Amino acid sequence: MSDYLVEIKDERLSFFTPAGEVKALNGVSFHLNEGEILGIVGESGSGKSVTSYSLMGLTAYPGKLVGGDLYFNGHHINEMSEKDFQKMRGNEVSLIFQDPMTSLNPVYTIGNQIIEVITLHTDKTKAEAYERAKELLTLVGINEPEKRLKQYPHELSGGMRQRVMIAIALACEPKLLIADEPTTALDVTIQAQILELMMELKEKLGMAIIMITHDLGIVAATCEKIAVMYAGHIVEYGTTDDIFYRPKHEYTKGLIRSIPRMDAEDHERLIPIEGTPVDMLNPPKGCPFASRCDSCMKICLRQMPPVTHFDDVHYTQCWLNQKAEFEAQNKK
Amino acid sequence: MENKNPLSFQLDLTPEDFLPATNDEKESLVIMRESVSFWKDGFRRLKKNKIAMVSLVVIILVMFFSFIVPFFYPYTYEQQIKGANNLKPMQYSEQELQQKDAGENIFPHFLGTDNQGRDYAIRVMIGSRISLIVGLVAAVIILFIGSFMGSVAAFFGGVVDMVIMRIVDIIYTVPDVLLIILLSSAIKAPLTDLATKPGFGWLQKLGPNMISIFIVFALLYWVGMARMVRSQILTLKQSEYVTAARALGASSGRIIKKHLLTNCIGTLIVTTTLQIPSSIFTESFLSFLGLGVQVPMPSLGSLAGSAINGFMSNPHLLFIPALLISLIILSFNLLGDGLRDAFDPKLKN
Amino acid sequence: MSDLVKVEHLKQYFPAGGFGKNKKFVKAVDDVSFTIKKGETLGLVGESGCGKTTTGRSLIRLYEPTAGRITYDGKVIYDTGDIPVIGDDGKVVSQGTGKKIAVDMLPYRRKMQIVFQDPYASLDPRMTVGDIIGEAIDIHKLASSPEDRYNQIITLLSRVGLNSEHANRYPHEFSGGQRQRVGIARALAVNPEFIVCDEPISALDVSIQAQVVNMFEDLQESMGLTYLFIAHDLSVVKHISDRIGVMYLGKLVELADSYELAFHNVHPYTRSLISAIPIADPITARKSKRIVLEGDVPSPLNPPSGCHFRTRCPYADERCAAEDPEFKEVSKGHFAACHHLDKLN
Repeated sequence: MSDYLVEIKDERLSFFTPAGEVKALNGVSFHLNEGEILGIVGESGSGKSVTSYSLMGLTAYPGKLVGGDLYFNGHHINEMSEKDFQKMRGNEVSLIFQDPMTSLNPVYTIGNQIIEVITLHTDKTKAEAYERAKELLTLVGINEPEKRLKQYPHELSGGMRQRVMIAIALACEPKLLIADEPTTALDVTIQAQILELMMELKEKLGMAIIMITHDLGIVAATCEKIAVMYAGHIVEYGTTDDIFYRPKHEYTKGLIRSIPRMDAEDHERLIPIEGTPVDMLNPPKGCPFASRCDSCMKICLRQMPPVTHFDDVHYTQCWLNQKAEFEAQNKK
Repeated sequence: MENKNPLSFQLDLTPEDFLPATNDEKESLVIMRESVSFWKDGFRRLKKNKIAMVSLVVIILVMFFSFIVPFFYPYTYEQQIKGANNLKPMQYSEQELQQKDAGENIFPHFLGTDNQGRDYAIRVMIGSRISLIVGLVAAVIILFIGSFMGSVAAFFGGVVDMVIMRIVDIIYTVPDVLLIILLSSAIKAPLTDLATKPGFGWLQKLGPNMISIFIVFALLYWVGMARMVRSQILTLKQSEYVTAARALGASSGRIIKKHLLTNCIGTLIVTTTLQIPSSIFTESFLSFLGLGVQVPMPSLGSLAGSAINGFMSNPHLLFIPALLISLIILSFNLLGDGLRDAFDPKLKN
Repeated sequence: MSDLVKVEHLKQYFPAGGFGKNKKFVKAVDDVSFTIKKGETLGLVGESGCGKTTTGRSLIRLYEPTAGRITYDGKVIYDTGDIPVIGDDGKVVSQGTGKKIAVDMLPYRRKMQIVFQDPYASLDPRMTVGDIIGEAIDIHKLASSPEDRYNQIITLLSRVGLNSEHANRYPHEFSGGQRQRVGIARALAVNPEFIVCDEPISALDVSIQAQVVNMFEDLQESMGLTYLFIAHDLSVVKHISDRIGVMYLGKLVELADSYELAFHNVHPYTRSLISAIPIADPITARKSKRIVLEGDVPSPLNPPSGCHFRTRCPYADERCAAEDPEFKEVSKGHFAACHHLDKLN
C-alpha cells in the first residue's frame, strides 16, 4: 500500500478503438498528499483527464490499463471491481465536469440529484439528507436553498449549476476532489467566483484537489504543485514556482512564452510553439515533443528521455537536461 | 542537487546523439494518415459488417434468379402444361415420363407445378422479379417526391413549410388500403378503355390494381421520406458551414445543391433502402388478398394467396413464396441498417 | 486614417415568442455605434450574451439588422431610415433619411469576410479543403481557368502555412488549428479588405492559439487588412487590437485604445473583467486583489432597466436604475457609458 493519498506509478493506459490502439497514457507517475492541490496542465490529447478518470475506474472498455499501479486512499485501484468503484465514487473521491449544462440530469430537480448522492453513500434518511442538501447549497454560496432545491437545472445559470455540481461533489466530504476543466465553459467573471469558492471550500473541508485545465493562469493562482502533460507523459513536474520561474522542459517554456499577458506593456510578438499536437494512434518513438522542439537533438527522435530530478519535487523528462550529465560523464 | 543517473544503464549514447536534429529529420516524423473520402470510409465500414454483407449477397443472388435466370429457363410463367397439374417437386407427369422414355430431354420441375400445370419454379422467379420491381419503383417514386417536398419545406420554411407539413399530417390519416381498393374499382373501366388504344396494351397486362398501387404510392407514401429529409435539412441549415457559404455570397441554389443535399445523401440512401422492403411487403399482402397483380402475372404475394387452399396437400406451394418474401424483406432491412451504421455521420469520431 | 466601417445605432432584436402586444424580444444588440479605421484592428470583448458575435455578424449582414446604419468605405450598405444623420460638424442634420436602404451584398462579400469560431463546424465535411477554398473563387468567378483556380488555391494554402498536398484532403483529417487555417484561407480567397474574426482562436489548444494569432498579425501587415476581432479572452484581444470595445448585455460600455483600456479604464465592468482574468504568474496572482462580482449575468430577455450593469455594480444607485447612461467621450478617443465616472477616478 501507499503512504500517500494518491500514488500513481508508471501508469500505461490505452484505448482499443476500431481505428487502432490509442496510447493515451505512456508511463505517468505522481503522488498527492492529503489536502494538497495539484494542477494537471495539458492540451487535448495530453491525457490529463484520462489520468484522473482512471483513478475512478471511469476508463472502462474500450480503455484498458496496460501497465503500472494506482493507489488511492488505501485502495489498490488495479484490483478493484465495478462494485468497489461505485462505493468509492461520490464518497471518497468526487468529480466535477467541465460542462454543467450536460452533467446535470435535466429531468430531475436539483434537490433530487443532491439527495441521491447522500442517500446512496450514507445511512441518512430522506429528511436528514434534505437538511444536508440545504446545508450544502448554503456552503457553496447559493441563497434561498429551499427554492433552489425544487428547481430544475435549466432554470439556473451556468455559474449556479457549477456550484450545484460542487455541492453534489462535496456531499459526502470526499478526500479528493477532481475538477476537470471546471471553469472552461464559464464566463471569466463567473470563473473568478467559482475558483474563489473552491479555494474557500478547500480551506474549510481540507480535501485534496486535482485541478485539470489548459489555463496556466488558473493553476498559477490556485495550485501548489503542477504536472505538465504532453502526449500521455508528464514532461515536467514541480511546485508552482518551479514551473513558472524555473521551467526546464521546452514545452513548458513554450507554453509560458506563448500566452499573451494582460499586464504586458509593449506589443511584443507572441512566441508560439510551432507544429501540431501528436497523433495518439501513431505516437512517435522517442520524445513526443521532438518534432515541435526548437532544441531537438538527434537522440530525442530515437529514444524517450529518462527522468532528470532537480530536487525531491521538481523533475523533467528531457534529453537537454541530460546533456550536461552526459558530457560530465564522458570527461571522466 | 541529486541527479539520478540512469546513463549507467544506457549503452549506446554518443556525442553525435546530442547534436541538434535537422528539419528533415524532424519532418520525417510527421506523417499524415492516408486520405479517406466519405464513400471509401463508409464502404470500408460496411464491409466489416458481416451481416450486412451477407444480406447484400443474398439480395444479389435473388436478383440473379429473378432477372437473369428466367431468360435461360425453358418454361414461362403462363405456360400451362397439360396433365402436369399439382406435381410435387422434381416429379414428372405421366405424359412427361412418356416423353422422357422416348428420349426427349425434359427439364425437371424443381418446385413442382401449380394447379394449372404451370412450372412453379419459373413462377416463383418471375414472382420475385415483380415484387422486386414494385419495391424498387415504389422506392424511387417515394425518394423523388419525398425528398423534393421535404427539402422545399425545410429550405423555405415559414408558410411553405407549414402548408406542406399540414398536407403530410392529413395524408397520414388516410387509410391506404381502402384508398387502393376504391381507386382500383374507380379506374377499372377507364383503364380497360385506355388499354384498347395503341401503345397502351401494357396497361391491361399490369392491371388496374397494380396501377392503383403505384398511384397510391406516389400520392401517399412519400410522407415518411419527406419528414426525414425535412428534419435532416433543417438541422443542416443551421450548420456553420452553410452560414460560411452565405457569407461568401453563395446563392440559395448553390447552397441546396452543394451543401445541403450532398450532406443528406447518406440519409437518403439509407431511407430508400429501408423503404424497399416496406413497399414489397405492401404489394405482397395486397396481392395475397387478390388486390394486387392481375392474373396470370405472378407476384410472391399472389402465389402465396392462391396456395392457401391447397396448403395441406401441397405445402411447398405456400412456403416457398412466403419464405422468399421474408428473405427479401429481411435482407433489405439488414442491409439498410448496415448502411445506416456505415454512413451515419454522427457515429464518426 | 479614414473610416472603413461605420456602424450607427445598430440594433438586433430576435423574436422570442409571444404575439401582438406581448411579443418578447431578445435584445442581443441594443444601440451600438462605433467606427473602424482602415488598417486597424478593433477588438470587441464581453462575456456570453453580450452581443459581440451578433454585432459582428449583423455588420456583414448575415442577419438583417433590426435597426441601424452601416457604412462601408463611404457607401451606405444598410439603413433602416430612422437613424439620425450627423453632419461633418457633429451636429444632427436630420432624424433619419426616411428611406430604407439594403444593397445587394454580393459585391461587398468580396470586400468584407468572416472567419468563424468553430473549426469543426465551419467547414463542409463532404468537401475537400481545395474545394472549400475554391468555392469562394467560383462564386465570384475569380479564376480564368482550372489551372488558374488550382494555382490560386495552392497560393492561399501556402499563405496560411499549409501545402499543396493538403488540398485533396477532407476537414476531418486535420487538427483544429489546421482547420482554422483553412477557414482563414477561404476568407482570404476573395482578397478582402475587412475581416470579422469571430472568436477565431477560442476553440483551439493554447499552444496553437499563439501561432494563429501571429498569422493574423502577419496577414494584416502583408495584405493591409482591417479586422474586427471578437473574443472573450481579453489578454489576446489586448495583444492584437489597436482599440478595444467592451460590451455588456447588448450595449457598449467602454471603448478606448488597448493600452488605455488595460491601464486607465474607467467603467466598473471593465475593471472587474480585467481583474477576473487569471494571470499566469504565481507571485502576481497571490498578491493581486480580485474584484469578484456578485451575482450572475442577467438574461438578455429581461435586462435590468436603465444601466444593464447596475445589478452587479458596486456603485449603482437609483439614477442607474432609472436612466440608461449615455455612451460619451470622456477623453480623446476614449468613450464610456456610466453615471459615476467621476467617482471611479
